[in-house]
Amino acid sequence: MISLKVNGKMYEVDASPETPLLWIIRDDLGLMGTKYGCGIGRCGSCTLHMDGQAVRSCAIPVASAAGKDIVTIEGLSAGGLHPVQKAWLDEDVPQCGYCQSGQIMAAAALLAANPRPDDADIDRAMSGIICRCGTYQRIRRAIHRAAAMQQG
Amino acid sequence: MKNIINVRRNRFLETSFAGGLILAFSLSQTGSSPPSGSSLPAGGESAPADFLLIGPDGTVTMIINKSEMGQGVYTSLAMLIAEELECDWRQIRVEPAPVAAVYNNPLTGMQMTGGSMSVRTEWDRLRTVGAAAREMLLEAAADIWGVPKARCHADNGMVFHDSGRKLSYGELAEKAAGMPVPVEVHLKDPSAFTIIGKPVARLDAKIKVDGTAVFGLDVKTPGMLTAVIERPPFFGGTVKSLDPARALAVPGVTGVVKTDSGVAVIAEGFWAARKGRDVLDIVWDEGPHAEISTDTIRQRYAALAQNAGRVARDKGNFGAALVSAAHRLTASYEVPYLAHANMEPLNCAIDLKDDRCDIWVGTQAQTLHRDAAAAVLGLEPQQVSLHTTYLGGGLGRRGNPHSDFIVMAAEVARAIKKPVKVVWTREDDMRGGYYRPFWYSRFSAGIDKSGDLTAWHQRLVGQSIMTGTAYARRLIKDGVDATSVDGAADIPYEIPNLLVDLHSPMVGVPVQWWRSVGHSQNGFMVESFMDEIAHATRRDPYQFRRALLKDHPRHLSVLDLAAQKAGWGSPLPSGRARGIAMCESYGSFVSEVAEVSVSPDGKVRVHRVVCAVDCGRTVNPSTIEAQMEGGIVFGLSAALHEAITLEDGSVRQSNFDTYPVLRMDEVPLIEVYIVESKGAPGGVGEPGVPPIAPAVANAIFSATGRRIRRLPIGVVEMEKM
Ligand code: FES
Ligand code: FES
Repeated sequence: MISLKVNGKMYEVDASPETPLLWIIRDDLGLMGTKYGCGIGRCGSCTLHMDGQAVRSCAIPVASAAGKDIVTIEGLSAGGLHPVQKAWLDEDVPQCGYCQSGQIMAAAALLAANPRPDDADIDRAMSGIICRCGTYQRIRRAIHRAAAMQQG
Repeated sequence: MKNIINVRRNRFLETSFAGGLILAFSLSQTGSSPPSGSSLPAGGESAPADFLLIGPDGTVTMIINKSEMGQGVYTSLAMLIAEELECDWRQIRVEPAPVAAVYNNPLTGMQMTGGSMSVRTEWDRLRTVGAAAREMLLEAAADIWGVPKARCHADNGMVFHDSGRKLSYGELAEKAAGMPVPVEVHLKDPSAFTIIGKPVARLDAKIKVDGTAVFGLDVKTPGMLTAVIERPPFFGGTVKSLDPARALAVPGVTGVVKTDSGVAVIAEGFWAARKGRDVLDIVWDEGPHAEISTDTIRQRYAALAQNAGRVARDKGNFGAALVSAAHRLTASYEVPYLAHANMEPLNCAIDLKDDRCDIWVGTQAQTLHRDAAAAVLGLEPQQVSLHTTYLGGGLGRRGNPHSDFIVMAAEVARAIKKPVKVVWTREDDMRGGYYRPFWYSRFSAGIDKSGDLTAWHQRLVGQSIMTGTAYARRLIKDGVDATSVDGAADIPYEIPNLLVDLHSPMVGVPVQWWRSVGHSQNGFMVESFMDEIAHATRRDPYQFRRALLKDHPRHLSVLDLAAQKAGWGSPLPSGRARGIAMCESYGSFVSEVAEVSVSPDGKVRVHRVVCAVDCGRTVNPSTIEAQMEGGIVFGLSAALHEAITLEDGSVRQSNFDTYPVLRMDEVPLIEVYIVESKGAPGGVGEPGVPPIAPAVANAIFSATGRRIRRLPIGVVEMEKM
């Protein structure tokens, strides 16, 4: 049994220790907001927060997530009202939407670490997350908007 | 396990039978004229409430017959209904339509989403639906009040009487449902539109930022198992022998079955299934295509291009004009196989019962895919309920004309008779075929003494994507697949002698349409060669195109707008150059100007893209802008980086490490300008794609003198300059 803390709730999961955290989150905990896109850490669809850092959950064995504070898109905010999510709505970012959980989790972690990112900071933090629909320009605008919002 | 699926579908069916609390009618009763060239089916398969339900609480549920794959169709089609319905926009909900003939695309006779056709084919019908419902609500209010209907009007979800009395749509819904459906309705003059043409935020944005939107991969019913399928390493291979023992020993694996597509490993979750698949012992029969390679395909195509093909366009006398030309120019172009690489890998979930089944799938081809599943499962189509989920990208792939990802899942369901979701890994998705075809073109042009273009010939070589599909009869004529020569046979430029011919070789690589289909290769090839001619005749590439488009005002207007907004001809920082291209596709006109620089080691940087689009009357400008941005990113990604290549029969790429795509750090500043137009609505999902590759390639030529004749561009070979 492995103990996981996800979105503030404790779970006991019975899984082999090398199972990627992504599949525990989706198949065992039923939290479907975190997506599968490549399984090799190259697309960012599976991005979530572990102890406040944006990580690729497809590349993290569940055993090494034990005892960590894990937050998924479902736990980012009450009612989807995190400033990043609000900015995403203001800029009407999503198209198909599939990559957006990962984009939003990466952006939220970026802003937590760097409240006023410039374009180069955004490139560095966000280039790991692919969007095949090409929403990148709106994502960039939304991150700047969320930063401004947080400054109040 | 949490059951997260489509309770919404059930609610729709329950409410629609819940005893007249809803306004339900079928357009086939309204007597309005269907979109031109079509005939709506009368009754038969028609659903009880086809497009619209109004609940007692005033909620307006619109049943959308198109798949939402990012193109914003749920919102834009809801806008068409709402414009006439005069409802409160905040009360609108959208539901995916079930499969029924009434939802068919009138041009293809099937329920499907593609060809950038949704707004174009639903434009009249959905406005009529909204107007008819509004009239029934007015009728109901007039009846309650005992006043003439002419003294009532509808606004923002309420009916008002001149006296000031009012009733909400929710209060009127039950009574309105019993009112006769009007035989004829009057549609607004476009000058009176209050919703159509205004930027409207997407109705599906909220659920896509809080993670609750349900994609096919997220479907899970109680007890549903997960399967992954090991497929032959070569296209057309088969299983010779199988030993499932090691796979069956993996904890969580519940079964291994051989199907027509390969070997399926079924497990309690994805990870166990994948682990089981990793240890399968299979001996394959290689099949007939184990030798295929991109190099041999290229050689074969170049050889074919020496001989005349099937004629797709023949105007004037190209042969004579070329002989008498003062100058001649020839060039060969090539583009690779491309994967769609939808962000959500393919998947399909099926719950098969004795005499019926449910399918949950992100599909672009409901009728075709339901019927294909029914055939595998031995059911009648009516026994199959297909539920369309959100699509994690469509790009054409999810409309596969051979129903590959549906059939594979149906084979597993048939074998195990338990609810199962078949999941493709990214590797399965990328190596599983159905690519945009590899294309080769040979061009020749004749130029007269004064430098005018008098003769143009394009000979194309590439696989037909329509052969063997339900669309073949409509789209293949005299051996010419119309989609192969889209953007080639119909170029708008005034050239007196024009010849386009085509070879469609059979190759064992599965191919299908990819966002913008034939335009995806022909836009690049035609607009690049046009640029070559402009430079050869020492004309400005923008002015050169203008001169050949004198009687084409819509082409000219986008070309002019793009050039003007991009500052065509004005100085740029040193090392930067511009390139221009213009393509017409799916009823829309798009011109793009790219601003690029190339580093000394050949690395291309696209700094800015200016896009001008005329897509006729606009429905949602916000969506149009997003679709142009998305199309440009998608096309640029392919132009710079993407290629599927084959060696010894197998696909060399497997995931985003070997198939790089455009990321945030390479995205240019994109500006979109929409031409004001009264033309009929054109498509927007695809037309942004074709001009970007040639605009960038043409800019690279201006910057470096290197002409790009083969995609992807990758690194420009600077040393050979
Ligand atoms: S699924 Fe984890 S990075 Fe792609
Ligand atoms: S919104 Fe579709 S992949 Fe990003």
